Amino acid sequence: MSLAKITQVKALALAVPGDDIDTDRIIPARFLRCVTFDGLGEHAFRDERTGPDGKERPHPMNSAQAARIAAAKKGVMVVGFNFGCGSSREHAPQSIWRFGFTALVGGSFAEIFFGNSTTLGVPCLTLSKEDLAECDAFVRANPDVEVTVDVEKLTVSAGAKTWKASIAASARDGLVNGKWDPIADLLEGAEPVAKTAAGLAYVAGK
Amino acid sequence: MAKTLFQKVWEAHTVRKLPNGQTQLFIGTHLIHEVTSPQAFGMLRDLGLKVKYPHRTFATVDHIVPTNELKEPYSDPIAQEMIEALRKNTKDYGIRFFDTTTGTQGIVHMVGPEQGITQPGTTIACGDSHTATHGAFGAIAFGIGTTQVRDVLATQTLALSPLKVRRIEVNGKLAPGVYAKDVILHIIRVLGVNGGIGYAYEYAGTTFDGFSLEERMTVCNMSIEGGARCGYVNPDQKTFDYIKGKPYAPKAADWDAAVARWASFASDAGCQYDDVKVFKAEDIRPTVTWGITPGQAVFIDEKMPALETLNAADRQTAEDAYAHMKLSPNTPIKGTKVDVCFLGSCTNGRISDLREAAKYLKGRKVSPSVKAIVVPGSQLTAIQAVHEGLDKVFTEAGFEWRGAGCSMCLAMNPDKLVGDQLCASSSNRNFKGRQGSQTGRTVLMSPIMVVAAAITGQVADAREVFKV
Repeated sequence: MSLAKITQVKALALAVPGDDIDTDRIIPARFLRCVTFDGLGEHAFRDERTGPDGKERPHPMNSAQAARIAAAKKGVMVVGFNFGCGSSREHAPQSIWRFGFTALVGGSFAEIFFGNSTTLGVPCLTLSKEDLAECDAFVRANPDVEVTVDVEKLTVSAGAKTWKASIAASARDGLVNGKWDPIADLLEGAEPVAKTAAGLAYVAGK
Repeated sequence: MAKTLFQKVWEAHTVRKLPNGQTQLFIGTHLIHEVTSPQAFGMLRDLGLKVKYPHRTFATVDHIVPTNELKEPYSDPIAQEMIEALRKNTKDYGIRFFDTTTGTQGIVHMVGPEQGITQPGTTIACGDSHTATHGAFGAIAFGIGTTQVRDVLATQTLALSPLKVRRIEVNGKLAPGVYAKDVILHIIRVLGVNGGIGYAYEYAGTTFDGFSLEERMTVCNMSIEGGARCGYVNPDQKTFDYIKGKPYAPKAADWDAAVARWASFASDAGCQYDDVKVFKAEDIRPTVTWGITPGQAVFIDEKMPALETLNAADRQTAEDAYAHMKLSPNTPIKGTKVDVCFLGSCTNGRISDLREAAKYLKGRKVSPSVKAIVVPGSQLTAIQAVHEGLDKVFTEAGFEWRGAGCSMCLAMNPDKLVGDQLCASSSNRNFKGRQGSQTGRTVLMSPIMVVAAAITGQVADAREVFKV
């Protein structure tokens, strides 16, 4: 299958602050009661956005900016450190992506979340603590300015500002070359896979 | 050259280097359950792919299974649908399914070890972050996303980058009333919930040498809570003894060769680690969480941290945590009123946990203000517990005795907190809303501490309650 080369995401941005935001907070377990990922977008951050009384809470995902991103089906989410920790549920990045976000910028990402996002073609770039604070402040102050997440040049820029960003080399390679879903590469390796399997006693049934 | 277990297992399972620089890694054992697999089977069908090595995938149901009704159809139609979907998928593709009717169903991280499927020197993947549990046997075991479940089904491989290895040594003897759960909660508290990002944790030292496999599983289980995707203990005689005789263990003539092979995977003396951290067992006291991340923890006889003692970032999370938990900084957590007690989960739902809890519960009563449930992690554990009369000890004390599953650890079934109930829980996550109520509150602790909380109706020091 042929995939788009994701070299750059240029879109409006939304700051969703906080460190150690776990995947239960991104998508509560009751929304995992399903056999497809359809419809998860509207429930991203559901319990952060809606109180127990069913009323909307003040949360960035309830803002007009979030609605613009949802309508445009592209957007950059600016998050904190250790974003996406906890459960491995792919439902979390699926819900963020289906809501409309096409790139994330943060201080650090939990590994499983990072891998799940990359495989969806959603780049997760990291900035230094100082740069992230500056980027976060810029995004809040300038909701109408598009943020450019450059996967190729490894920068995040907005207005006159440019911040140096990073991402795992393999993830960058996959995104910019249109090979962020590894299935084609993995299927190609069928012959060496059989060889490796034959060399493993427990797989070969010994 | 001296190597770590991680390096040896990685090399043995490396198929080739991929164009993006990652490794195509062979996954020897793939475990699936009803929540993170249906979409993967859907993707497989969409792409017209088959399951490449069906005999290397094993399935069970755990997350959504009701624990208070054992007959189908379940009153929850979605649970029924998800279980039926897994039945169909495993049947269509020839995958072994430890179904609810077999007496072998349970939390996926308990079924693997119980069946002897979990073995040293293997790679194990599962669409569940607590897959690190299997590392207790000297396996490299880690959680994956659903698209990766598809990758394993279709190719029995994953595209991955190697991890660094941090050796976490704990030496000495734990004091009475201190358990494996306290050890891992303490490690996470000290190293942080993101301290393990990029690492595999190798747990070692005389404390781990002395631990049973079940205690090792409790620690490895929560590696992910420390940010580490996998954690392991080097295999030893205890490991081999545990596996021997299990249904999927190597038989007769193959046994000695398997043991020799397994032993060869242990980290070599003098191998290089990317980092080493050393703890003393005697420094660890019973530990409980007070906040909304597993790293927000204190010893039971300590006060919760004062905000001014925390750095800016931790302070923000702590303020959020105190508000959610309705607790006050710089006060003791001991004495906090408890509404619900949950004993179970892949962290502490094994037979040794139930035995230890029952030992202290026997002859005592659950506080009338507390709802207490005990959920054996697997049907085999439940059967064994009944055989030993443990179920009677629990029910006579006022605990509800339930069927096997994940239950109130993540509340995908009817076992949920209500409103802002506070739960003393032997599970692994105290995230906001984790136990099924948006305003619900979770305090993580060891099984014996859950029993102490159940009896006293408050967060209590089990050492005082039981005079240990």
